[in-house]
Amino acid sequence: MENLLRMDRMPHIWCPGCGIGLGVTALASALEKAQIDLNNVCIVSGIGCTGRVAGYVKLDSFHTTHGRAIAFATGIKAANPKLKVIVFSGDGDLIAIGGNHFIHAARRNIDMLVVCVNNFIYAMTGGQVAPTTPLAAYATTSPFGCVEPPFNIPYIADSSGAVYVARWTALHVRRLTNSLTEALHKKGFSVVEVISPCAMYYSRINRLGDGLDMMKFYHDNVEIRHGEDTKNLDIGFQTKIICGKFVDKERPSYMERYNQWASEVRGASNES
Amino acid sequence: MKANPKDVLTGVYYIDGDVAAGYGALAAGCKFIGGYPITPSTEAAEAFARVAPKAGALFIQMEDELGSMASVVGAVWAGVKSMTITSGPGYSLMMENIGLGAMMETPFVLLNIQRGGPSTGVPTKTGQADMMQSRWGSHGDYEVIAISPDSPQEMFDYTIKAFNLAERYRCPVMIMSDECVGHMTEKVVIPPADEIELEPRRFYKGPPEEYLPFKPDPDLVPKLARAGDGFNLYITGRVHDERGYPVDKEEFKMKYIRRLVDKIRINKDKIIELKEEQTDDAEIVVVSYGISSRVAVKGVEKARSKGIKVGTLRLVTVWPFPDERITELAKRVKAFVVPEINYGQVVFDVARASHGKANVVLVPHGGAGVHNPDDIADAIEYAVREDKKIEGVVEYKTRLEKLVFEGGYKLKE
Repeated sequence: MENLLRMDRMPHIWCPGCGIGLGVTALASALEKAQIDLNNVCIVSGIGCTGRVAGYVKLDSFHTTHGRAIAFATGIKAANPKLKVIVFSGDGDLIAIGGNHFIHAARRNIDMLVVCVNNFIYAMTGGQVAPTTPLAAYATTSPFGCVEPPFNIPYIADSSGAVYVARWTALHVRRLTNSLTEALHKKGFSVVEVISPCAMYYSRINRLGDGLDMMKFYHDNVEIRHGEDTKNLDIGFQTKIICGKFVDKERPSYMERYNQWASEVRGASNES
Repeated sequence: MKANPKDVLTGVYYIDGDVAAGYGALAAGCKFIGGYPITPSTEAAEAFARVAPKAGALFIQMEDELGSMASVVGAVWAGVKSMTITSGPGYSLMMENIGLGAMMETPFVLLNIQRGGPSTGVPTKTGQADMMQSRWGSHGDYEVIAISPDSPQEMFDYTIKAFNLAERYRCPVMIMSDECVGHMTEKVVIPPADEIELEPRRFYKGPPEEYLPFKPDPDLVPKLARAGDGFNLYITGRVHDERGYPVDKEEFKMKYIRRLVDKIRINKDKIIELKEEQTDDAEIVVVSYGISSRVAVKGVEKARSKGIKVGTLRLVTVWPFPDERITELAKRVKAFVVPEINYGQVVFDVARASHGKANVVLVPHGGAGVHNPDDIADAIEYAVREDKKIEGVVEYKTRLEKLVFEGGYKLKE
């Protein structure tokens, strides 16, 4: 594990009880299990608590602007298709400010693995409401309870064209690792959502206890349903969370299509 | 390093400035453009998209300008020369990741075919009102290079130069053109590849474990690396040390940002390109850039026919600004006349650099058109007659302004 972490940057900034570190652990194990040349792997993050991941992982790593990790990664992939590109960022970064890039990269089927840590809140800025905050949950900017229905991330990914979609919680490290290993070998836009406790802001303002209490909640309330229709994956306030692998399909990636088209253009012009 | 013949469409063309810029990018070895269509710059993107596959390059139409600019910064770090193309509203959206590019010391080129603003403004007609935005548009302190071509031939030539400057100084380079030059069709000669000199990327060649991505060479510019070569790069938009690791301390902030601005400021003599004519014994010097420099020619000729000694100083490079040259000229000329298609942007730098030694006359234009050369001629005549030293910038009132605001001119839609 240590060979995949920038040990000279430890200790990290994450709070006790946070689930992001478990996500990083799962990714590091998956990278070891997947047996890909680590020199060909790069990781891109946006801004926020999860946005700090790129800075702790010892790969070519890019800590970019808020919401733009996927767009930045699209440039990397287009410039050097040999690279395995991982985007590791949070729900606010990828689904709110970066939502447009998320759906379009899925539509194009850009070959990248997107790990989205969903803690239901903007944690870095102190616990504001997010597009993933469950209805009626409290946040500092929804002091009377969230009035907006949240996004169902697997459903957005699926309906936008992702070829691999899974969801786990920070408790399910082994299953999460397996999913990430599988997704690393997938060609195309793959999304793994990681439900994570935010013990500092989300739990506190909603009186849900500490990180361990949240993990107990996941233990008692997660239902694993592989292949479930992504429409049915809404998350309510302290309701059951459905996890599993929901989508695993094949579709030509952007670069595959472009290269095929470009070689046809080149062939045609050679003949003329 | 010479251009690759596969990238150079050698020949004589009759094309517009946008297309010439697209071909220029290709000749410069640009392999990636992430862009979003916007009038009046779209033809440059279209031209590049048509010719890209044969040169092993790629044009991707991103979902918006935020993504376009971010994808360009990403592509550079994956090892290729990259560019984006835009105009006013798109330029505003790109500011976020222009700052990222500056902070990550990423060499890229941005082509801005300026149109009338603010906001949607006059989308199909010309303007020069993004000049200050090109310098200060993204938040925080940074320096960029901005050049302003005035013909399709120059759009080709200076797009290549823009790439060379970007590689040389590891910074964003803006081609601040405008709708007139973008849509003007003229003869463009694309030379053979062996006549095109390219600045190679300053790749680091030592052992990976010793590489420090932000350790500067003596000219303050660090060597570049790319993802995938085993460097375990850590590149961030935060203020960072030479390893690339974030640091929040004020002395690091000072050290890093100081270098970010100084690498352009101390090298400005090598960067700045000016075109000067008849300034030796001039009483008046017309300072202009882009399309305004071509419109000014006629005004200057008219003033000269009346016996006024007028020189011209064309800012091919607008940023960094040629302070020293303006200061020198200010000591011996009576006034500068500055026509620009805005209500005063670059003119204030002319005034700043003249230190009150010469009068500075702005010939403004609201945009959606170019100056009437007679206004420039009249402004020159006014400037030569004016014997008082006037502080700040004098704004010359053009014929159109007088008609619209004073003469009861009926605006017809």
